[in-house]
Amino acid sequence: MESAARLDSNHKLSIREMPYIIRWREDRCKRCGRCTAVCPVKAIEPAVKVRRVVRSDGPVPAPTSERSVVQVVEQVLDMERYCTGCATCALVCPNEAIEPEFNFQNKFLHYKNKGGDGYKRGGRRNDPSISTLDRLKFTRISMLTDPALDAGRHEFRVRSLLGRMISPEEMPLIAVDGKLAVDKRDKFMPPVREIYPIMIGSMSVGALSPPMWEGLAMGITYLNEVEGLPVVMASGEGGMPERLLKSRFLKYFIIQIASGYFGWDEIVRALPHMVEDPAAIEIKYGQGAKPGDGGLLMAEKVLKLISKIRGVPQFVDLASPPTHQTQYSIEESVTKMIQSMSMAWGFRVPVYPKISGTQTARAVLNNLARNPYAAALSIDGEDGGTGAAYNVSMDKMGHPIASNLRECYLDLVKQGKQNELPLIAAGGVGKKGNLGANAAALIMLGASCVSIGKYIMQAAADCFGDEYNRCNLCNTGKCPRGITTQDPKLYRRLDADKVAERVVEVFKSADVELKKIFAPLGRSTELPIGMSDGLSIEDKAMAERLEINYAC
Amino acid sequence: MCRLAAITSDEYFSPMENIIALETMKEGNDGSGLGITMRDLNGEFENLKEYPILSGICTRDGGRVVDDYMDKLGFELLYVWAPKIKKTKGVVPHEYYFARVYNYPDSFRHKSTEEKENLLMQTRLALRKLGESNESIFAFSFYPDVITLKEVGDPLQVGEFFGLDRDEIKAKIVFAQGRQNTNYAIYLYACHPFFIQGFCSMTNGENTAFVPIREFLTSRGFPGYSGYNSDSEVFTHILHYTVRQLGLPLRYYKDVITPLKKIEADKRSDAEALQLLRHSLRPLCIDGPNCIIGFTPDGSCFMAHDSKKLRPGIVAGGKGKYALMSEECGVDRVLPGRDKKKDIFPMKYDLVVVSPRAQEVKIWNQLQG
Repeated sequence: MESAARLDSNHKLSIREMPYIIRWREDRCKRCGRCTAVCPVKAIEPAVKVRRVVRSDGPVPAPTSERSVVQVVEQVLDMERYCTGCATCALVCPNEAIEPEFNFQNKFLHYKNKGGDGYKRGGRRNDPSISTLDRLKFTRISMLTDPALDAGRHEFRVRSLLGRMISPEEMPLIAVDGKLAVDKRDKFMPPVREIYPIMIGSMSVGALSPPMWEGLAMGITYLNEVEGLPVVMASGEGGMPERLLKSRFLKYFIIQIASGYFGWDEIVRALPHMVEDPAAIEIKYGQGAKPGDGGLLMAEKVLKLISKIRGVPQFVDLASPPTHQTQYSIEESVTKMIQSMSMAWGFRVPVYPKISGTQTARAVLNNLARNPYAAALSIDGEDGGTGAAYNVSMDKMGHPIASNLRECYLDLVKQGKQNELPLIAAGGVGKKGNLGANAAALIMLGASCVSIGKYIMQAAADCFGDEYNRCNLCNTGKCPRGITTQDPKLYRRLDADKVAERVVEVFKSADVELKKIFAPLGRSTELPIGMSDGLSIEDKAMAERLEINYAC
Repeated sequence: MCRLAAITSDEYFSPMENIIALETMKEGNDGSGLGITMRDLNGEFENLKEYPILSGICTRDGGRVVDDYMDKLGFELLYVWAPKIKKTKGVVPHEYYFARVYNYPDSFRHKSTEEKENLLMQTRLALRKLGESNESIFAFSFYPDVITLKEVGDPLQVGEFFGLDRDEIKAKIVFAQGRQNTNYAIYLYACHPFFIQGFCSMTNGENTAFVPIREFLTSRGFPGYSGYNSDSEVFTHILHYTVRQLGLPLRYYKDVITPLKKIEADKRSDAEALQLLRHSLRPLCIDGPNCIIGFTPDGSCFMAHDSKKLRPGIVAGGKGKYALMSEECGVDRVLPGRDKKKDIFPMKYDLVVVSPRAQEVKIWNQLQG
């Protein structure tokens, strides 16, 4: 017997299944059509309906009803065109007649697998709960026994070191007439950079739109050259514009090499023409948001500029393998890679690997601890962001950064190498907007530096994305803010100068916040790396795991 | 705030001078402990200068453990000195206070100074471990020509309790600290001065950077870097680590604990070395507020401060006798007739060093190199 599904609309999803429900106010809408035109996923569309309309025009109520044809804005109930909650419609509406509302009862993930492919998206883990980083508090307040410093007046050295530090027992020092000198004969002096302890993490040209990447680059350049804050930024996989590679500004950039080696033909060709060394080279082995996955740039985003920088044809999916395919062991992969990259720049540039947070991080760490050329280890926790990945990788794979970083730091402490191999922590820094506090907490757990990605997109370019799966369209090339798209129609919405201004504001305010944290702790001369006695958490198990105080 | 009174002299003097200075400087409750370290001792000790002295406190049972252990290692007891205890109100006495002079075990008599020093330190640590859980043994120092006394109570009362006002014991360098307990329980091992292999220091103030420094020191693989019942013990160990283990000249101690800014360091002729120190010894940077007074094995005494919060201190005196104290009134009491115009109040870049036998004082300014 034929199913009656089509007769009673049983084939349709109800609006309660949708992650966001459009609230449209008929009385306010002037039917300008801006919302339906701007919606990046076509989740709303204009429709015409016949309705009974009740009217009363006279001085006393005298309602009459008539059937009338009305124009409405309607939400589409197709999961392939679900409302992402980005609220671009609300942004363009002149009358505040429309906005999406999150639906806690949604069954989005039950249906978002049409054609047998899992849900792919950009953004970070959809977990709006309070992260461990946001639960950490600074409870060692200097007062009378140890006078607090004044964040506004005292001089603070909020700086970190990126590079391998020589073991104190192996410092090649000689005393001549009571004065020390460095004896460099037969001694490798690892390059060390003094940097600001918050860096902008790897986001590629390609993943980001031209004005976004340019805005970040201009922002950090201004911070270095005008504000005196030595903020560095990592390139992400995909190379860098040739002009920048050959400019004096290269010193503010960390160039990333990942498993696809995208952009490295151009980089190698530019090498003889470089007038400055880059800040460092980052070898990407993993990413916190999608451990075990390689990078992915969808064909939609591979336009002319990107294809030139990366040295690939236009409009093809650019998938980096999950691992470096040419190397088969940690010795091969890490040791030789570090050697090769160091050699390319005459051992003048720190080279370090980046891995995703994992229970096996300590194995990598210990390998690096024995490698005198390894300049640092960057660990990216599960709350890190990405431009494109399967939802399951983002939501369910990975390791939280706090305990992963802490155990790595304490492992180094056991070996006495906590200062020799700096740890860079990332993944969820500034998730709730507390950039300074999250960075300080990670530093006090043992990080030398923290890395931000999603936060700077939100803070500097108003990225809509959040942990309620809002927007998260980075993978589609349809970013309504113009941040993660190569479509000129979309990215011209973004002003690179404004992004740069915001980058500067964000770092300057983070600097003030860090001082406001370090001043009452009584630290000013050096970063309080590993000053775990200043931290507490309201959870005994977490306190025990992180080896910090429990306070309630 | 703890009071610090150090005196270095070419002539023997009584440790009561330090205690009276502490009494003069006293303000508030100074009853959390008095520690005294004496070096270059007189009397019977003059003939036993090369033999190590074990200083400490023990119970009757603890004493037996000490004897057995020292016998087992082959140490030969040469001389015993004990303070002439006088029951004093406010001081709860322990059973035995001792300073025992030993001869080295046969197998060590011809070994190098370094090997001997390591033996002495290991022995002290082992004794500490043996008696720590039941507090039957406190071993403060084990080194030639050095005695350490510690007890809880008001400095003057503890001085009288030890009978230092009646005893003939004198020394050429005496460090004394009246402890004002703040954040840690009153415990004898938390009492300054701290001593390790000829290096000694005492400090006032709180050490903000204590935990990372402690972790750095304990991870050096050197057994002596342990204890840390006081956050100030790390200052002694940084001194030992910098000068003895790394072989750096004493003045670089200041560059290690309060490194110059790069812009300042670059003006020094040893800028490259300073940068290396700043990088490789980054965790040893202190933030204060601290006044640190110490001595090194050659008999030099020094004073240094943190570079930001700056606990004050004074170095004053003249050839033959100098006082290094936390307050001027303490110096006034000990050296009333000195030329006050020559008093030195070290500032944030200064390391003030009084040479052995109190011959001269030098101010070494970090900026000048």
